[in-house]
Amino acid sequence: MKNGHAGILRGPNGVGKTTLLRALAGLQPVEAGKIKCSLEDICYSGHADGVKPTLTVQENLEFWANIFSSPSISEVAEKFMIIDLLNSKVGNLSAGQKRRVGLARLGLTGRQVWLLDEPTVSLDETSVKIFGNIIKDHLSEDGCALIATHIDLGLENRAQIFDLLKYKAASGELSNSNEAFL
Amino acid sequence: MIALIIRDLKISVRAGGGFGLSLAFFFIIVIFFPFAIGPDLDLLSKVAPGTLWLGALLACLLSLERIFALDFEDGTLDLLATSSLPLESVVISKALVHWLTTGLPLVLLTPFFGILLGLQNNNIIFLIISLIFGTPALSIIGTFGAALTAGMKRGGLLLSILVLPLYIPTLIFGAEAARRGIQGFETQNSILLLLGVSLLSWAILPFAAASVLRINLR
Repeated sequence: MKNGHAGILRGPNGVGKTTLLRALAGLQPVEAGKIKCSLEDICYSGHADGVKPTLTVQENLEFWANIFSSPSISEVAEKFMIIDLLNSKVGNLSAGQKRRVGLARLGLTGRQVWLLDEPTVSLDETSVKIFGNIIKDHLSEDGCALIATHIDLGLENRAQIFDLLKYKAASGELSNSNEAFL
Repeated sequence: MIALIIRDLKISVRAGGGFGLSLAFFFIIVIFFPFAIGPDLDLLSKVAPGTLWLGALLACLLSLERIFALDFEDGTLDLLATSSLPLESVVISKALVHWLTTGLPLVLLTPFFGILLGLQNNNIIFLIISLIFGTPALSIIGTFGAALTAGMKRGGLLLSILVLPLYIPTLIFGAEAARRGIQGFETQNSILLLLGVSLLSWAILPFAAASVLRINLR
């Protein structure tokens, strides 16, 4: 994968999309092979949004902006269409709105490589389109993205599709016996 | 790191944040103790240091489970682990917030509780000193325990069993320092040992807790 390109991970449930993304993000040890990219360039976004229900949208975003030492949240909030929600508590938002707040963190990190695990869950059609455009913008700014998703984000020729089914890890006897104990 | 501390403090004082939980628990213990023991002031003031220390320890234990559980569930811990903030700093911030929201209020309320348990004014100072030096150890040891059980749902029981033996030295030296001070003996040795326990745990446990968290996040 080159800068400016996106990879789409496809494959049935349980094939290892999340595991691959988490391993690339440095959360899981890698059995074989090497990750050439520095962990400082990678931004991971999982199933959970990492936003606190008792804080407002603004407080949540400001927290992540501080952690990633990024300057302003208003630009990002506008891009992800949550500018009207800044003062509401996250606990009062709908699932889709909450998801947008979670995704807005991507814009705050300023990192080049986005690892996205099912980013469009609970987003409506318009939001998906907007999010597709945000990814396109990110790609044209020389970033890249690896996305596990089942739907079409409208990335067209910029995206390369990897079907994980071919590479599915054979479950060794060890893991089976472990499960038997549990 | 400061951002994380401020955010956690904010969450703890908002609704359902658990700020009042340990304090209320401590309060209940101290209020009910005289009822259970009887109105003998001599006896009460004799057992007061031990009671207050035990109350502080149990109140602390009560709030440990929340330290990492919420951040683990909503994915914040994953994201913090992939950010440029080292997990060791995350652990230190969490322990510090835990101390600020449980240990420090307990210390500040001790003069009031001491009176309820029949302690003389000039003796309360020993309790305050021993609690100031001891409660930080309770927080960081508890944070380590919380890191060990981070991935578990309802890991509270296991957490208590893991942490209790580690709390014993702090409890022994803390209660000993307060007791000796109140009885008019010199307290230097127990206070220095108590301080030693606190400093040693703050020096070692953040690294241990961070590596345990890394394993639990897999």
